[in-house]
Amino acid sequence: MPQEFFLDEMQCVYQKPATLTDDYMHYCPGCGHAVAHKILMEVVEELGIQEDIVGVAPVGCSVFAYNYMDIDMQEAAHGRASAVATGIKRVLPEKYVFSYQGDGDLAAIGTAETIHTINRGENILMVFINNGIYGMTGGQMAPTSLFGQITSTSPYGRDVEHNGYPLKITELIAQLPGAYYVTRQAVHTPNTVRKFKKAVKNAFEFQKLKKGTCFIEVVSNCPSGWKMTPKETLSYIEEKMLPEYPLGDLKVPTQNNN
Amino acid sequence: MEIKKSEIRLMKGNEALAEAAIRAGLDAYFGYPITPQSEILEYFTEQIPKRHGLVLQAESEVASINMVYGAAGAGARVMTSSSSPGISLMQEGISYIAAAELPCLIVNVVRGGPGLGTIQPSQGDYFQATKGGGHGDYRLIVLAPASVQEMCDFVFDAFKLAEKYRNPVMILSDGALGQMMEKVEFPEEGSLPHQVPDWATTGKKGRERNFITSLHIEPEKMELINLHLQEKYKEIEKNEVRYETFAIDDAEIVLVAFGLPARICQKAMELAREKGIKTGLVRPITLFPFPKKILSDLSKKIDHFLVIELNAGQMVEDVMLAANGRCPVHFKGRMGGMIIQPEDVLEEIEKIVEQPIMQE
Repeated sequence: MPQEFFLDEMQCVYQKPATLTDDYMHYCPGCGHAVAHKILMEVVEELGIQEDIVGVAPVGCSVFAYNYMDIDMQEAAHGRASAVATGIKRVLPEKYVFSYQGDGDLAAIGTAETIHTINRGENILMVFINNGIYGMTGGQMAPTSLFGQITSTSPYGRDVEHNGYPLKITELIAQLPGAYYVTRQAVHTPNTVRKFKKAVKNAFEFQKLKKGTCFIEVVSNCPSGWKMTPKETLSYIEEKMLPEYPLGDLKVPTQNNN
Repeated sequence: MEIKKSEIRLMKGNEALAEAAIRAGLDAYFGYPITPQSEILEYFTEQIPKRHGLVLQAESEVASINMVYGAAGAGARVMTSSSSPGISLMQEGISYIAAAELPCLIVNVVRGGPGLGTIQPSQGDYFQATKGGGHGDYRLIVLAPASVQEMCDFVFDAFKLAEKYRNPVMILSDGALGQMMEKVEFPEEGSLPHQVPDWATTGKKGRERNFITSLHIEPEKMELINLHLQEKYKEIEKNEVRYETFAIDDAEIVLVAFGLPARICQKAMELAREKGIKTGLVRPITLFPFPKKILSDLSKKIDHFLVIELNAGQMVEDVMLAANGRCPVHFKGRMGGMIIQPEDVLEEIEKIVEQPIMQE
């Protein structure tokens, strides 16, 4: 952290983890990506695994994740992050490996890779940021866009007859025997951030067991794409997103699959 | 480096290639079944668990090539293989691999196209292999074997070149070479050592972080990346051109063919010489870098080039560029999985030499 941000060390009560670089994030004000990045890297710091982890960035708003996370990373083609992560994990089985993907990446163009990566039970963590929209390309309809949601490619609202249904990919993959830990979290309140952090910690602990894929969906926001103020997005998450994508664990290790 | 020979076997081209890869210290293979190359995946799934390395059958060629990206980026010696439609599916990934400068081997056991086409041999993917294939300005190093022995030997050459230049290398074979059996002499295992490169993403222990990317949003930076890649390709063109010549010294007509048709042309050349037609043969081994100079030099002293391919005429364009109008360049090909015969080539040679040469 550059010194000018606080006057002396006594005044510092909180700072970003050393596992984040000093680069300024390009994310829009209020975007959940920044929080998710920070929490991920806080866990990496707390677990002391910075030297033993390789991350995979997707195509989408988080395409530049490798600029912010001070760890070894690869940037994958659109939708292929979990295939790239598979390649890394298979040749470095003792390292921690995670992919970080948005809804267009993971649940549209990369659906085949998502399902088969998890069905093989790859010992990786997949972080899935679901904000129901294509942020990077300017707010187009995503597979997870809500009924009636207005986007730049569904200007009259998402129409089920024409566009199909919001894809609940997390429910889908929770059915797969290769999935070891599946949970849906959020990062829009202090409480949800704390729970997300716990989930990330669990996932990395589980990865050591080599029992299968850990999958964390993060129901997030997109102030620019949703055409809302950051504050408005918080109530939209609560009122619109969470009824469709309820928070909580979908699959936790039990005695049976432990 | 001298590679010690140790064992002679009778094998299919596809199996010889897979055996060679294991002996070349392959760390990981990712692939998807497609005729006529499925023996490669089958051979690995049978042999690798008993020996060393990793083999994984992916859900698609799209996944395979991206697994190759990940494993190559993590510093492994890695490869995939497929046949024409599957290689088309990989093109996006190959472009990313070339842009991120990751060494790997991609094998294309070419079948006839376009579309689902046929499972019989073809050379219809020459353009795709040598001119880019995927999006953007990039080049693969392309090796064209003409025997089962070369299906083996070129695996070693491919890994050496890939790692030397941090560039994907393609072995452009065909369905006949993949399926036919010939005698093959294998190098000893362990003769091609491999070290994890310092740029690989293996966890940032004791160093700055590494990252593998092909994204450079600022045009000024992206142009520098492009210039760097082009410099590298020039270097490859300077150092790595390979070809074979047969009887070119007194030749008036020179055949140009790569892969299996080069062997067919050797026979045709003999037949033509028996008839008193002074015929030679140039066989490009590297299709990129293309052996421009020898063809350019020959064009100054011969009467004709005749290019023989199992396609509608693809390499012939590169021969024309090398000849640059200095001598006529003729073409004869077969498509759709049909294989040209020496007699067909002879007939074409006779047709050409019987025509009066236009004098200016």
